Amino acid sequence: MTTIERSDTPHEVVDPAFAEAPKLAATPSSRFTAAAANYIDERTSISAVVKEFGRKIFPDHWSFMLGEVALYSFVVIILTGTFLTFFFQASMAPVIYSGPFVPLKGVEMSSAMDSALKISFEIRGGLLIRQIHHWAALLFIASIGMHMLRIFFTGAFRKPRELNWTIGFLLFILALAEGFTGYSLPDDLLSGNGLRIIDGMVKGIPFVGTWISYLIFGGEFPGQQIVGRLYTLHILLLPAIIVAMIALHLVFVVVHKHTQYAGPGKSNENVIGYPVLPVYAAKAGGFFFIVFGVIALIASFFQINPIWNYGPYDPSPVSAGTQPDWYIGFADGALRLIPPGLESVIWGHTYSWNILIPIVVLGLFISIVALYPLVEGWVTGDKREHHILDRPRNAPTRTAIGAAGVTFYAALWAAASSDLIATHFQLSIEAVIHTIQATAILGPIIAYFIAKRVCLALQKKDREIALHGFESGRIVRLPGGEYIEVHQQVDDYERWRLVTFNEYKPLMIRPNAKGKITQTQRLRARMSRWFFEDRIAPVTKTELERQSHDHH
Amino acid sequence: MAHDDSSGKDLAATSSGLDGASTGTAVATTDAGHAEADGGLAVIATDTFANPGLPATRHRATDLDPKKARTAQRAVYTLFYISIAGSIFALAAYMAFPITDDLASVRLNSVFLGLGITLALMGIGLGAVHWAKSLMSDEEGEDIRHPVRGTEATRTAAVQIFDEANKESGFGRRTLIRNSLIGALVAFPLPAVILFRGLAPEYNNPAALLETTMWKTGTRLTLDPSGLPVKAADVTIGSAFHIIPEGLNDTPDRLEQKAKAAVLLMRVNVADLKISPGRETWNYDGIVAYSKICTHVGCPVALFEQQTHHLLCPCHQSTFDVNNECEVIFGPAKRALPQLPITVDSEGYLIAQSDFTEPVGPSFWERS
Repeated sequence: MTTIERSDTPHEVVDPAFAEAPKLAATPSSRFTAAAANYIDERTSISAVVKEFGRKIFPDHWSFMLGEVALYSFVVIILTGTFLTFFFQASMAPVIYSGPFVPLKGVEMSSAMDSALKISFEIRGGLLIRQIHHWAALLFIASIGMHMLRIFFTGAFRKPRELNWTIGFLLFILALAEGFTGYSLPDDLLSGNGLRIIDGMVKGIPFVGTWISYLIFGGEFPGQQIVGRLYTLHILLLPAIIVAMIALHLVFVVVHKHTQYAGPGKSNENVIGYPVLPVYAAKAGGFFFIVFGVIALIASFFQINPIWNYGPYDPSPVSAGTQPDWYIGFADGALRLIPPGLESVIWGHTYSWNILIPIVVLGLFISIVALYPLVEGWVTGDKREHHILDRPRNAPTRTAIGAAGVTFYAALWAAASSDLIATHFQLSIEAVIHTIQATAILGPIIAYFIAKRVCLALQKKDREIALHGFESGRIVRLPGGEYIEVHQQVDDYERWRLVTFNEYKPLMIRPNAKGKITQTQRLRARMSRWFFEDRIAPVTKTELERQSHDHH
Repeated sequence: MAHDDSSGKDLAATSSGLDGASTGTAVATTDAGHAEADGGLAVIATDTFANPGLPATRHRATDLDPKKARTAQRAVYTLFYISIAGSIFALAAYMAFPITDDLASVRLNSVFLGLGITLALMGIGLGAVHWAKSLMSDEEGEDIRHPVRGTEATRTAAVQIFDEANKESGFGRRTLIRNSLIGALVAFPLPAVILFRGLAPEYNNPAALLETTMWKTGTRLTLDPSGLPVKAADVTIGSAFHIIPEGLNDTPDRLEQKAKAAVLLMRVNVADLKISPGRETWNYDGIVAYSKICTHVGCPVALFEQQTHHLLCPCHQSTFDVNNECEVIFGPAKRALPQLPITVDSEGYLIAQSDFTEPVGPSFWERS
C-alpha cells in the first residue's frame, strides 16, 4: 500500500476502497496474502486476469466432463511418463537379461526391454507407475473418442467452433500416434509384431514404400534404430505438439464460451451456470484428483501389458490371439477384412491392393470425420453462431450419419478380434470374417435408417407431449358413459425444452444472377434434400393455442 | 435466403426481458453483426414461445438446515484427512513392502503403494467436489455472449493496419521482392528434407537387400532358437519344426537375418503333396520347408494345423495350404509362402539346396 502513498504522478488517485484495504488485513496471514498478491500484481498485472476470468460462468452437464477426463488423463500421462524416462533406456543394444524374473534369465534382449523389466520388477513403485501410465493412456484416447462423439451428436461443432473441431480431431490422431509409439517402446514380442505390421504396410505403398521402410528402421527390419526414434517422437515431438494444440483448444473454449443445452432461461446470447471461483475451481480441480485416483486404483489391481509374458522381440515366434491395443483395433481390423487375392503385378511393379484399400478407406473415413462440420455448414448455409446444443433427435440426419459411422468403426474394431471371436464362440474364422465383412458394409446402412426413424419418432413424441401433455393415468367417466384418460399439460419450463430447436428445409433451386443453375447448387440442393426432407417442425405458439382451444 | 428472426435480436430481446424478470440485472447486448448473420436454409420461426426464464433456485438441504450443512462440512474435512492418511499410508507401504528377489513382493508393493496413492487422490477429489456441491453457493450466474467476430470498428482498424503496412513495405507493389521471398521460403526447408536420407545406411539399395536371405547351398537347417541341426530321420509325419539357418545366432545382425530366413519345416505324406513342375526335388521324402514370414505384412506364420495341413498367420488370419505349396486359401495375403528347396547331406542332416527362389515376406514395389 505504501507504493500508492509515495506515488506522485498526478493521474494516480488513491481509491477510497483501496485505502480501506489495510483495515481488512488485520490478521498476520491475510496481511501476508495481501502483500504477496500485491507483489505479484505489480509485476504481472494478474488482477486483470482474475477480474476477467475469476467469475466466468461455465454451464453444468455430465457430458461436458468427457473432455475434462481427456485433459486430466493427459496430465497424469505427463507426470508418470516423466518418471519412467528416468529409468527407461531407449536403446536396442543387445544385453543378456540377469534380473529377478527367472523365466527370462539368460535371454538376449534389447536394453529397452531390459530396462522396462527393471522398472517393473526392481524399482519400488515402478510397476505401479508403468501401469498408471498405460491405463491413463488408454483412458486418454477413450475419453477423446467419447468427447468427440458428444460434440458430434449435439452439433457443438457448428459455427463458430468448426476450427476447434479440427484441432480436437488432430489431437485424437496425435493421441493415437502417442499410443502406438509408446506401446512399441518396450521392444517386446507383441509390440515388435505391431512394428512388423507397420513395416509390411509401409512396404506396400507404391513407388516409395520400400525406401520409407528402409529409412524408418535405419536399414533392414527390425534394425537397431527404431526404438530410439520412436522414443524421440513419444517423449518430445508429439507431446510438444499435443500441449500446444491443447492450449489452443482451450483458448478457443474461452473465446467462444462454452455451449449449453436448451433450457428455460438459457438462450443463444447467454451462458447459465456456476462461476470459476469458487465453484468450478473446486469441481474441476477436484475432478482432476478423482480421475487420477480412479486410474491409480485400476493400475493397482489390474495388470496391463505384461511384457514379461511375451518375451523380447524375435521375428520368428508369435502367440495365437495376437491383439494390438484396442485403439489400433479399427486399423488392424480393416487389414483383416480385405478379401483374398487383392494384389497385382503391373509392368514389373507390385501393387498391394490388400494394403492400399484399407489405407484409403480408413483415410476417407477419418477425412469425413475431420471435414463433417464444413460439409454440414455448407449444406445448411447457416452463418449464425450456435451456442445452444442440439438434442441428437432434433438433427435426425446428422445423428443417423453418426450412427452409421459408429457402426462402421465398431465392425472394423470387432474384426481386430476375429480370431478370438472364432475360438471363443467355436465358429470358423471364415464365417466370422464373412459376417463382419457384411456388417461393415450393411451395418452402417441399417444403423442409418434405424437411427433416423428413431429420431423422427422421438421428435413426434416430443411434439405430442408439447401439444397434448402427458398421460396422467387418471381415468374419468364422462356423463355419457364414455371413459377418457386425462392428459396433463407440461409446464412452461418443460415445454420450452421441447419446442426450442432449429429447423431447416431443403434448398429451393433458383437461377443465380446470370440466370444459370450451377452444378454446385444442384449438389447442395440434393444434399439438403437428403438432410432435411424428413423433418418434424417444432410446435408453435398458435398450434398450442388452437389445440387447447379445441379441447375446451 | 431469408434472414433469421429466431435467434438474433428478437430472441435477445425476449431473453433480456426475462432476465430482467428473474434476476433484475442482466441486460442482453447484441451486436448488429450478430443479428444479420444469414441463417441459410433455417426456417424462420415467427410464432415462437417466450423463454420462461430461469426457474427459481431450489435450495439444498444444506442451505436450509444448518445441521445438514455441519454434517457436510464434517464430511468434507474428513475426506481431506483421509487423503492425508492415504499419503502417509503410501509412504509407509513404500518402506514396509520393499521389492525382494521374491517376485510376489512386486505385487504387494504395487497394490499397497497404489492404494495409498488412490486414497490420497480420491480424498482430495471427492472432498473438493462435495464441498462445491453441498456448501458453495448454488445460485446460478449468467454471462452474456458477444459475437466472436470483432466489432466493425476493430475490423476496420485491422484492415487499415494491413493497408498501411502494405503501403509502407510495398509488399503488394514490389512484386519481384515478394515473389522472390516466397520462392526463398519454399526452397529453404529442402536441405532439412535431404538430411533425412541419413536415417539409413547410404551404401545399400533396400530393394536389393530384400531379394536374398542367409540361406545358401548346403546351409544346414537348425532348430530355432538352439541352433542344433536336424536329421531327416527325426522329422516324423505330421510334425513341424521352427527352423533357422546354421550360424544365424553368431551373426551380428541376427534379428534382421532371422526376419527373412525363418522357416517352418513339416513332414506330410509325400503322396498328398501337389508338386508343380520344377519343384519335384525341393522336398525330401515329404519333408517340406516354407518361409515363415507372411506374404501379407510379415508376421510369422506360426500356427500349423496338423489335421488339415493348414498354416495360419495369427495376425490377420491368412491361411496357407501346405499340401498345395502353401497357396493362400483364406485371408488377405495373395502370394503363396516361398518354398526353400531342401535335401540331406552325407551325414543325414537337412540342408538347403539354395536360397529361396523369390523374395520372402511382404510385397514391395520393386518386387515383380
